[in-house]
Amino acid sequence: MKTDDLIQLLVKDSAPWRFRSVLAAAVVGGIIIAAILFFAEIGFRPDISEAVKSNRFLFKFVVTISLAVTAIWVTLSVGRPGGSLAHRGLALSIAPALLTCALVVELLVLPESQWMPHLVGHNARLCLTLIPLLSVGPLACLLAALREGAPSSPGLAGAVAGLAASGIAATFYAANCTDDSALFVMTWYPMATLIVTTAGYLVGRKLLRW
Amino acid sequence: MWMRASMTGDAGAYRQLPVSLAPHVRAVARSQCRSLGAPESEAEDLVQEVLLTIHLKRGTWDQWGPIGPWVAAITRNKLIDVLRRRGRHITVPIEDVVDSLQAEDLTPELSTRDIDTLLEHLKPQQREIVRSISLNGNSIRETADQLQMTEGAVRVTLHRALKALAVFYRSSVREDR
Repeated sequence: MKTDDLIQLLVKDSAPWRFRSVLAAAVVGGIIIAAILFFAEIGFRPDISEAVKSNRFLFKFVVTISLAVTAIWVTLSVGRPGGSLAHRGLALSIAPALLTCALVVELLVLPESQWMPHLVGHNARLCLTLIPLLSVGPLACLLAALREGAPSSPGLAGAVAGLAASGIAATFYAANCTDDSALFVMTWYPMATLIVTTAGYLVGRKLLRW
Repeated sequence: MWMRASMTGDAGAYRQLPVSLAPHVRAVARSQCRSLGAPESEAEDLVQEVLLTIHLKRGTWDQWGPIGPWVAAITRNKLIDVLRRRGRHITVPIEDVVDSLQAEDLTPELSTRDIDTLLEHLKPQQREIVRSISLNGNSIRETADQLQMTEGAVRVTLHRALKALAVFYRSSVREDR
């Protein structure tokens, strides 16, 4: 085939599209899927009207939403050719930093005898199953969007998409979970996130090559 | 500028993109093939694969960023991919790719790949549309009239055909050499 013939074909197929818009659509789609699953099967915790007055409860959303937002932002970067963590990767430390601050405060205000009970909590198993479950939809949507993109490092892109999906999933799950201590959040949420991120890495490495 | 214009759907501006990039990509591909001891005839395969990829992935170019590094990253990725398929493990420093982007113009050549083998991998309708547009030089409308399809259907089929070609370039060809 002559290269000029190929160029003939390329210029005739000129509908414009933007990776940014594809990713935005994936985020919206993922949130909708997670929301349907949450409201149909999981729901708010019973004392939600009291909980919203508690700073501990509300701070969980600060952490999970900042994880989702930063990871989506980094996904936009690593989904492009030449993209790497060097550009925006530092943003990913915002959510862990916020959580670490909360943990320090928690350790200062809680008597030492209360540390273990708060860390173990009541919902560890739920946390480890519901967050991965809620993140399946968002992760699938993000990976589909990344297939339209061109990540230089497919595994990395999949992993960052996994972080973003866990951020979305954890935001929903936090509204159900009755354990609000930073000790609990610092222990179990990252473990659930690790599961999803590893899955994103493994699937991304296979699926996102181009 | 023309890349930016092409993003908003200006086909006239977009026409210049593959045309103006081809010499650069060709220069990179040839110099890389030379330095790796691969026959230069393989370079044109790589050129086509890179141009097709640039086309299909054009939405990933950040409008506010420079286009050079973006093209270099795609070229480098494809090059590594090709080398990996050939069973070699060589890292290509990005600087090399950027440097050779400034290299001189070279005349196009025929790819070693036979057009018929390439088209065999397409569905019959895709094949007809590719033939009509690329080999006979028809426009979308002329093709649509000839095949009694709507212009929209021709566009959709053409886009699917290009995606199928990209998969084919990526998967098979060089393995049998």
